[in-house]
Amino acid sequence: MMKKQRLVVRTVILLLLLSAVGYTIYSSIFAEKTDIKVGATAPDFVLTDLNGKTHRLSDYRGKGVFLNFWGTWCKPCEKEMPYINRQYAVYKKQGVEVLAVNVGEPKLSVQKFVDRFGLTFPVVIDREDQVMNAYEINPLPTTFLIDKDGKIKQIITGTMTEEMVKQYMESIKP
Amino acid sequence: MEQVKCECGHVNPYGTAFCESCGKPIEETTKPLLDMRYEGSARRSQTYNKTIIDKIWNFFSSVKVGVWLIVITLIASAIGTIFPQEMYLPPNVTPAQYYEDQYGWAGKLYYELGFNNLYGSWWYMLLLASIGVSLVICSLDRVIPLYRALNNQGVVRHETFLRRQRLFSITNVNDERLFETVKERLAKRRYHIREENGNILAEKGRFSRWGPYVNHIGLIIFLIGAMLRFVPGMYVDKVLWIREGETKEIPGTNGKYFLKNEKFIFETYEKGKENEVFNAAIDRVGSGMVAKTYQTNAVLYKRVGPVIPGDEPKLQKVKEYKIRVNDPLKYDHYALYQVDFKLNELSKMSFQLIDKKTGTSFGTVTVDLRNPTSSYNLGKGYRVELLSYFPDFYFDNDGNPATKTKIPNNPAFVFKMYAPDKPKGEVSFVAIRQTIEPFGNNKYKMAFAGIETRNVSALTVRRDFTLWILGVGGTIFMIGVIQGMYWNHRRIWLKQVNGEVWLAAHTNKNWFGLKNEIKSIIEGTGLAMPVDQAEMKKKAAQGGNEHGATQ
Repeated sequence: MMKKQRLVVRTVILLLLLSAVGYTIYSSIFAEKTDIKVGATAPDFVLTDLNGKTHRLSDYRGKGVFLNFWGTWCKPCEKEMPYINRQYAVYKKQGVEVLAVNVGEPKLSVQKFVDRFGLTFPVVIDREDQVMNAYEINPLPTTFLIDKDGKIKQIITGTMTEEMVKQYMESIKP
Repeated sequence: MEQVKCECGHVNPYGTAFCESCGKPIEETTKPLLDMRYEGSARRSQTYNKTIIDKIWNFFSSVKVGVWLIVITLIASAIGTIFPQEMYLPPNVTPAQYYEDQYGWAGKLYYELGFNNLYGSWWYMLLLASIGVSLVICSLDRVIPLYRALNNQGVVRHETFLRRQRLFSITNVNDERLFETVKERLAKRRYHIREENGNILAEKGRFSRWGPYVNHIGLIIFLIGAMLRFVPGMYVDKVLWIREGETKEIPGTNGKYFLKNEKFIFETYEKGKENEVFNAAIDRVGSGMVAKTYQTNAVLYKRVGPVIPGDEPKLQKVKEYKIRVNDPLKYDHYALYQVDFKLNELSKMSFQLIDKKTGTSFGTVTVDLRNPTSSYNLGKGYRVELLSYFPDFYFDNDGNPATKTKIPNNPAFVFKMYAPDKPKGEVSFVAIRQTIEPFGNNKYKMAFAGIETRNVSALTVRRDFTLWILGVGGTIFMIGVIQGMYWNHRRIWLKQVNGEVWLAAHTNKNWFGLKNEIKSIIEGTGLAMPVDQAEMKKKAAQGGNEHGATQ
């Protein structure tokens, strides 16, 4: 009787401790501390592209969105841009949109960059860092794969190869 | 599990070292003194070891394990300070490369073993968590039996118990009033006295025994507070860099609040301007060398309407505040602290279009360095176009001009200058103190004409709902420490055995104080001063007599 009670009490206490420890470690390392995580709805935003056209993320519901944050000084960004451009040409017809968010550089520099690589997808500039704050961008480049329901499917930090870009676009095809 | 019945009739849990009530050792030992730790109670961990749960429990119940966990954590924490942590590396470097380049093979090893991000690594967190688990289980495993033992202790103690106390004496006296005198003196010294069949148990300061456990409860509350920092919304710690004149979203507020930096003020103590008492100090370090003020004149705005990042916000003024060091702007549990600054960041740069030979100027071009326009018309057929702009100029690996960041630390420009006599234009590369003419000799030149600067202020954005929990935990911790440190748990037993009076005493610390107290209690009563059996043994081992003198 006593023995059984003891076992139950010990198990309950250990489980309580384990769950507290597990939660802490999980939330500090494996989970983002915020709403920006895989599975969550991507925060809506409105930004203007180089041609003066506004793009609102929620208007892209029903399509997969390849959301890329970049800067002209960032060499890895420079490397992956042509890949994105080429794959965009393929996947555009299949309902995948690319939105490239520049992290608040002068329009002049952005325009020059776009011209140099002949980018065909919309490039918007986050002048006030508001979208960067909302998406908690730290390293560049960072890419969010957003599915047709507006949910974040994957977050990629670091350079992508063309093969990776292709696979990622394939994965968010509506 | 069988329980053990003592000859005094008390039933003890299995594993008890000596009877909770009368103190008779359960198993005969030959040791002259009793081990009084935990009152000889059965620490559960030591007695049961059956299921896997029991085994885990017993592992964490060991103080030895707890101490090792703390030692390992300390060593790991120390190693984490040898090289900078990853978060403090300069931006845009590859950590794997950086550690090896900077610190050689040691740096490479450091990175490969994962010390580059030590304090957030899973195993470090696991160490901290294990310490927490060890705290809880160690405490539970000791405080419950200890409470039980102290609660069940009897007044009448077995002779072997008394004889095996560290302080013990036997006196042959026949004085009816002796006990009355002793009781009176004990009461005067705030002892709680219990009496049974002519035996006395005088006890005081028992609550000091709970000190360590109160202390542990405080620590556990503290750990819970630290854990809550990972719950979204409980803790915000961000940095906002904001230039004079800018209005920016305050990070960590989910787009709800905006801040305008009206002005950043940096002042120093200057000779002649300050109160005379400062003169000597100013002379010593030099005028203008000591900072007096770091201040951001800020305006806080609240965003009204829906929050859509990137959208032009509708702002409502909340309040103005002069943020200074340790004098934060506080609103809605957020606090903005002055934390850093950058003086004189370039904001605009002016050039004159001149004829290199004659020096004649055809007008001034002012370039906004944050967002330059591409075309500048100077009239009369003179026109300048900005082809490229590099805010933080350097030559990259391929020898092409490039920019390191978007901040105008070292701006460089590629201008194309049009004049009536040069309709196709001339290209000129202009950087600070440097002009390159890539296509040969130009007739015209962009001559530097002046700069405008502004200051940048850095503010820490802080919101902390865990602080009060940490405060409560810390306070309880301190109460526990005080409780255990400044009070002693003292007990004195008196027993009449065949016309003799046996006197024994125990304390959890400060034996010297207890001896002094006993001395004054028994003074003039004829009772013999108890002998310190532990000290006697030590001295005997060293070859002296019981007074410590060597023969």
